[in-house]
Amino acid sequence: MPTIGDQHIVKSYDEALKRLHDALARMAGLTETQLHKAIEALEKRDSDLASQVMNADHEIDEAEHFINDQTVRVLALRAPVADDLRQVISALKVAGDIERIADHAANAAKRSLVLNQLPPVAPMRSLVRMGKLVAELLGEVLNAYLTNDAERALAVRSRDQEVDDLYSSLFREILTYMMEDPRTITSCSHLMFIAKNIERVGDHATNIAEQAYFVATGRSLNDQRPKRDTSAFEGVVQD
Amino acid sequence: MPEAPAQNVAADPKMCASDVKVHYGDKLALKGVSLDFRPNEVTALIGPSGCGKSTFLRCLNRMNDTIGAATVSGQVTLDGDELYGPNAIDPVLLRMRVGMVFQKPNPFPKSIYDNVAFGPRIHGLYRDNDHLDHIVETALEKAGLWHEVKDRLYEKGTGISGGQQQRLCIARAIAVAPEVILMDEPCSALDPIATAKVEELIDELRENFTIIIVTHSMQQAARVSQRTAFFHLGDLVEVGDTEQIFTAPAQQLTQGYITGRFG
Repeated sequence: MPTIGDQHIVKSYDEALKRLHDALARMAGLTETQLHKAIEALEKRDSDLASQVMNADHEIDEAEHFINDQTVRVLALRAPVADDLRQVISALKVAGDIERIADHAANAAKRSLVLNQLPPVAPMRSLVRMGKLVAELLGEVLNAYLTNDAERALAVRSRDQEVDDLYSSLFREILTYMMEDPRTITSCSHLMFIAKNIERVGDHATNIAEQAYFVATGRSLNDQRPKRDTSAFEGVVQD
Repeated sequence: MPEAPAQNVAADPKMCASDVKVHYGDKLALKGVSLDFRPNEVTALIGPSGCGKSTFLRCLNRMNDTIGAATVSGQVTLDGDELYGPNAIDPVLLRMRVGMVFQKPNPFPKSIYDNVAFGPRIHGLYRDNDHLDHIVETALEKAGLWHEVKDRLYEKGTGISGGQQQRLCIARAIAVAPEVILMDEPCSALDPIATAKVEELIDELRENFTIIIVTHSMQQAARVSQRTAFFHLGDLVEVGDTEQIFTAPAQQLTQGYITGRFG
């Protein structure tokens, strides 16, 4: 009597899917490291570390190209269906998200080089706190994705609100500093952009959580996650 | 995959099978299958060899009557008319309403014209020879074969290519204006181009007919059908919209089969 196994009858199909999975896992690991290093570079005002992050970004771009090629190959040669199809399509999308995350990390590192030439400013502490939270969420979501854990992915997705709240309050904090002491405007403007970079990483992590849920369950998360990043309205005169 | 036409939710199914069981002697080949077929849709029946899908297909126009050892229980209805039991409709009439196309093209050793005219002739479906000409031309047109054979209508039907022969058999099936067309692996003996032509034809025929197709090609099921039913060991495991079956099947068994993890 036929039974369903974990493995395909055609072994080379399994190998192709494993290659894709492994490449994504490697890319995810590299990117997590990039983000951690970028935050550490900000916290410790370490320009060497920041340069390392900037110089390593091409590795992630190459990983993305490899994943794109593998995905096209599997789609063309294997015509995957059901969970295989979901895995392959999501690999393509998640690789795109991870690549953007790495770009944000590299961008933050680049700005930290400028910040290191200027006197330290106080909002950096809040920024680093936000960065560490996002890095933690990213680690969680990548693990959820790579282990097909829908529940864990959902849990991380719901925590993106914390990032948005931190971002909104950081925005106000930075504004206040600039108003109090215009000499900090250069540093604070860079901080603002870095904060936006990190906030975007949180959004990409949310996308990855949604892909993890889709791969594991076959269902899309359609409900709109409430966006409570209110910084877009900051400075609006109230009636 | 072609989009399903907008369905009236209340539209009655064209055919209903309920608790259909088939025994071949002592062996239970089909273990009580209930499945409805919606009008103007293509339903694909998939599953490994011996799963009962062809046996089930043959119940839908009583082809199993011709197999001595086969006994069928349960009920099948066509627009409410019963196929089995004391009130069953005449099998000859039934097979006019439910046509069939087989795996291997099987034209009669007659002319192309006579192949298509065969059904209308035995059922007396034409007024005069002009009308019969018209029926033959229309059927060949619908089967996408007219332009290829219109100058050789009186050559043997067995002398054309395999793909053309299969479309000739489809023309022969639709010449008697059936309501349902059953197809048992209609493309397995055809090359990819002939297969594509038949698949395009199936999509066009769906406008006028209800089509039920047995296929071993998962990709063909995905391409031509709106609904897919997966059979395994005589059971209907899962039926659903084709898109759902091929992206997120509900049953592990279905997933194992369509992804090729079945061993």
